Amino acid sequence: MSDDHSKHHIVQPTTYATILGALLLFTVLTYYVAFIDLGVLSNFVAMGIAVTKGSLVVLFFMHIFYSTRLLWVVVAGSFGWLGLMLVLTLGDYITRHWDIQHRIFF
Amino acid sequence: MSAHVIESKPLVVEHKEEQENYLTAGYTLKSWFLTLDHKRIAILYLLSVTTMFFVGGIFASLMRLELMTPQSDLFEPDNFNKLFTMHGIVMVFFFIIPAVPGVLGNFLLPLMIGAKDVAFPRLNLLSWYVYIVGAAFTMFTIVSGGVDTGWTFYTPYSTSSSQTHVVPVVLGLFITGFSSILTGLNFMVTIHRMRAPGLSWFRLPLMVWSIYATSIIQILGTPVIAVTLMMAALEKVLRIGIFDPNLGGDPVLFQHLFWFYSHPAVYIMIVPGMGVINEVVTCFSRRSIFGYRAIAFANVGFVVFSFVVWGHHMIVAGQSVYSALIFSILSYLVGIFSAIKVFNWTATMYKGSISFDTPMLYVFGFQGLFLIGGLTGLFLAALGFDVHVHDTYFVVAHFHYVMVGGLVMAFLAGIHFWWPKMFGKKYPESIAKFAMILVFAGFNLTFFPQFILGYLGMPRRYASYPDEFQVLNVMSTAGGSVLGLGFLLIAAYMVWSLVFGKKAGMNPWKATGLEWEHTTSPPPTENFYETPIVNEDPYNYANRDFTKDFNKEVKLGA
Ligand code: HEM
Ligand SMILES: [Cu+2]
Repeated sequence: MSDDHSKHHIVQPTTYATILGALLLFTVLTYYVAFIDLGVLSNFVAMGIAVTKGSLVVLFFMHIFYSTRLLWVVVAGSFGWLGLMLVLTLGDYITRHWDIQHRIFF
Repeated sequence: MSAHVIESKPLVVEHKEEQENYLTAGYTLKSWFLTLDHKRIAILYLLSVTTMFFVGGIFASLMRLELMTPQSDLFEPDNFNKLFTMHGIVMVFFFIIPAVPGVLGNFLLPLMIGAKDVAFPRLNLLSWYVYIVGAAFTMFTIVSGGVDTGWTFYTPYSTSSSQTHVVPVVLGLFITGFSSILTGLNFMVTIHRMRAPGLSWFRLPLMVWSIYATSIIQILGTPVIAVTLMMAALEKVLRIGIFDPNLGGDPVLFQHLFWFYSHPAVYIMIVPGMGVINEVVTCFSRRSIFGYRAIAFANVGFVVFSFVVWGHHMIVAGQSVYSALIFSILSYLVGIFSAIKVFNWTATMYKGSISFDTPMLYVFGFQGLFLIGGLTGLFLAALGFDVHVHDTYFVVAHFHYVMVGGLVMAFLAGIHFWWPKMFGKKYPESIAKFAMILVFAGFNLTFFPQFILGYLGMPRRYASYPDEFQVLNVMSTAGGSVLGLGFLLIAAYMVWSLVFGKKAGMNPWKATGLEWEHTTSPPPTENFYETPIVNEDPYNYANRDFTKDFNKEVKLGA
């Protein structure tokens, strides 16, 4: 087990500023993409941007980027587990009327 | 082969009796209710979960009395609904879930890993208080009118139709959930950071692995049920439209979220019990555990797979057939990990030098009854079969075989095994064996007829039934009386032993493990006189000389 309590990483203010800038940029991007008709893809693009933003927050604002591997496992595990809940629940809703309805996404 | 632990000079402890232990460390109420000692907190849990067990038992007895006759004569159907709801809530949330972690986990975890206490003693005490507040809340609403939704609180009945106290009870459970989460967190940190020198992960007693796995499930699952129950309460009060189809919601969503916790919760119940079995079966077979790593990783398997099978509770609830199929297959996979454990315990006993002390009798009980419970679980997970027996007494029999036949047996095994350590006293062995037989016989007489009743089509949760089911129901009620007597007898002689029991000595079973070999019974407040150093695998019975008196020596680490 590694004990990294002694060497706390100090994050420079410029890093925070950069991340904030990136988050704002992505927000603007979300807004403009919403006006482009990408068909089925628009859901994926919007969710992709949201996930990227979320990851930035977790990695930098929540310091996971600088943390021990054990914490990486905890974070990845927690999100993976949330994924299980979403996938298996939505799996039910999406497939309920598969015999009569042929669209996969709503 | 790992090194002998006995190389260190044994310290002969002569006047240990006069020495202070955690029980004699203070006699005031304050010394109990503000204690930070994990062992005293364990005793607080022991008292509270036992109380809840008997409260739940009274509800159960009343139900069985009503079911002696086909008509609903002793209780109105409405009151019968409240009875089984209260029985379920009390037993599930206030007895079975906290029982093994709260009592045995709290008492043993620090002792087993050679620590002075858990990582966060104050948080530990807080967990008990949160449990008590949640319990008080729930008990109060139960007394002031009750709930009739079943312990599952299914919508839309709970949110739209039920006129009973759903909201306050749900709040009580919300509060209690935090106790579970905080205990899990505390135990996880303790296992990561407080192990004695030399105690690597694969030298941990398997009970510790079990507690670790349970803690993960508690931390990941409990918030989901807490939020789900809150959503149901908000739906009832504010009519938001999450679960009510009239408002655009979906009642099946409640079942998804409810079982996302509540199936893993059945592993919160059984996994710590399985931990107990490891310790007891090795001791009374005088053998090292068969397949240590397989059992350790089976716990990890439980953590992962317990979260992906919840749909087997919803097979006929309107879920998509494709989902039902997937959940059915996944449910079969989770059976593998139970099988690994049961087979390995059997292999541990094979060619062992088995003795039939009371804790071991409970292990035998567990093995047989959990086997029936687990296998009927697989029946239920089969789509075609479940369509017929869903919501019948077959399901009731299944989960009582796993929860009472499995967990309660394991809990009693553990309580009898560690009782001499907890209180320094022996209970009367032959009466204890007799009580075990009462419990075992009473249990089977109560619940085996329910498999048949369910298979014949008697639905659960009704106060009345067709005449042809009466014989089996009377058998079940008769068995319930024997079972109840067995539990009362156990409570009686355990209390008796506290006053009149013989002194136990530090290691009456000649067991391995830090809690037995490195400290007195009962242990001092700081647990050990010297921090133990571990230089061998657990259950190293091959390296022990059983001709020696295990009660006279405290082996200190090398
Ligand atoms: C091999 C493992 C298991 C499998 C495959 C399994 C499967 C099932 C299935 C399919 C049901 C739903 C039956 C229905 O409602 O139609 C069920 C109900 C239940 N099982 Fe199990 N089970 C297993 C182990 C356990 C264990 C270890 C426990 C508890 C310690 C448990 C506790 C319960 C409870 C409480 C219910 C009923 C819940 C309710 O509707 O009130 N099961 N089980
Ligand atoms: Cu289940």
